[in-house]
Amino acid sequence: MAAFLEVAKLHAAYGPTRVLHGIDFSMDEGTITTLLGANGAGKTTTLRALCGMVKTQGQVSFAGERLDGKATEDIVRKGIAHVPDGRGTFVNLTTEENLRLGAYTRKDRDAVESDLERVFGYFPRLKERREQQAGTLSGGEQQMLAVSRALMLRPRLMLLDEPSFGLAPLIVRELFEILRTVNEKEKVSMLVVEQNAAMALELADHAYLIETGRVVLSGTAREIKRNDAVRRSYLGY
Amino acid sequence: MEAFLHQVLAGLATGGIYASLALALVMIYQATHLVNFAQGEMAMFATYFAWSLINAGMPYWPAFLLTVVFAFFLGVVIERVIIRPVENSPVLAVVVVFIALLVILNSVTGWIFSYTIKTFPSPFPAEPIFGSYITSHQGGAIGVTLVVLLLLYLFFRFTPLGLAMRAAAQNPESARLVGIRVGWMLALGWGLAAAIGGVAGMMVAPIVFLDPNMMGGVLLYAFAAALVGGIDNPAGAVFGGFLVGVLENVLGAFVIGNELKLAVALVLIIGVLVVKPSGFFGKVLVTRV
Repeated sequence: MAAFLEVAKLHAAYGPTRVLHGIDFSMDEGTITTLLGANGAGKTTTLRALCGMVKTQGQVSFAGERLDGKATEDIVRKGIAHVPDGRGTFVNLTTEENLRLGAYTRKDRDAVESDLERVFGYFPRLKERREQQAGTLSGGEQQMLAVSRALMLRPRLMLLDEPSFGLAPLIVRELFEILRTVNEKEKVSMLVVEQNAAMALELADHAYLIETGRVVLSGTAREIKRNDAVRRSYLGY
Repeated sequence: MEAFLHQVLAGLATGGIYASLALALVMIYQATHLVNFAQGEMAMFATYFAWSLINAGMPYWPAFLLTVVFAFFLGVVIERVIIRPVENSPVLAVVVVFIALLVILNSVTGWIFSYTIKTFPSPFPAEPIFGSYITSHQGGAIGVTLVVLLLLYLFFRFTPLGLAMRAAAQNPESARLVGIRVGWMLALGWGLAAAIGGVAGMMVAPIVFLDPNMMGGVLLYAFAAALVGGIDNPAGAVFGGFLVGVLENVLGAFVIGNELKLAVALVLIIGVLVVKPSGFFGKVLVTRV
């Protein structure tokens, strides 16, 4: 049986600048996988490539279907929700409108209403801010909103780009708790890109280390945590 | 006093027409950050379509509705066929395309229908209303404008498609990530803008008469209206439209005379750009990081 998500020889470039030089990795359904690496290693670009947001070469298959070459809108419709770098908030719309947009492609209107309550259950702060213009939310609230918007799709796979970026440590911990709950209870698979390697390895089942557009190391999160090079460069002890 | 009130009401009537066209400009500006110079000619072309239907014996209101639908598809086709290929081109290239569209629509209309000035019927009775302060057509034009504005507000505020269009205009990348087909939303926006323009054309034609150059002045007032209200603010554009309509009429009647009316629009445009480029209601975007 083929893997849930399988990426083979993925190349990507912004204009003449090549960023990914043949990335290979795969993940199983229901697991959390993390991509680690320094600034500029190509983590964000990998996520963008999966969603058809940059021009790519190579193969991406998801649940037995090829994704490479498809438009972003169609990839989303396969059940892949992307929590982008910078959160992608619709700043002029209200919190609730942002959330409803997350469910834009769904036809089951009643279930959308109950899902709205479900994400408010995870993030009660968003319920308080329901009618507020989303651009006025704090950074942490906007990150919660981005995750919630992705959940409103009822995704099979979530791509999370630096969910801890710019957040206070306490909020990061809370957010990662909720991600784990979502993964365990709702069986949502997750591919997490993080600079905060310690947090990411605690959350993930598997990890890949990316350097200058290539995978240089892979294994279970436990193995990677014990790797000396990773410990020195990314965990700092 | 009575004469003054009369001018104000007449100004509100033409103001509503400017407001509609200004709104069409703002809708396209929000999505593309460009001002569609051909908006007036698109409205004019749609009005000729209505004239053909009415001339062929169709009653007014069915012709009106059919024209709105025609204008909508005209807008969608123009976006898909002409604007889309230059979407990522430099601003000047797109502006040139807009101007070309203006000239082409103008010439094609002249070629099909000739440049002879034609009368265009009003659907409203000839007798004045409200004790002769205002003609029925003026009153009717205000009413039609308000209905159009209300429908648009309800559409954008309360329907999922309206929400998706707002999202696509604001943040195309995030919109794609929730599965919105952004390209089609833009085309829909052009269609809606053209349909609103078509209504404006049909409302103004009984006043200015039908000829291929009829929207030149109207578009200038609509520009002024959109700028006064803040080019990125739909409600501001509507307010600006009514304000410009009233100013134009009152100043034209009592201060500067009819010959210099168009100068009011130009002075407003230049004044706003110099003093307050974001317009009265140009949104100060609140964003926390």
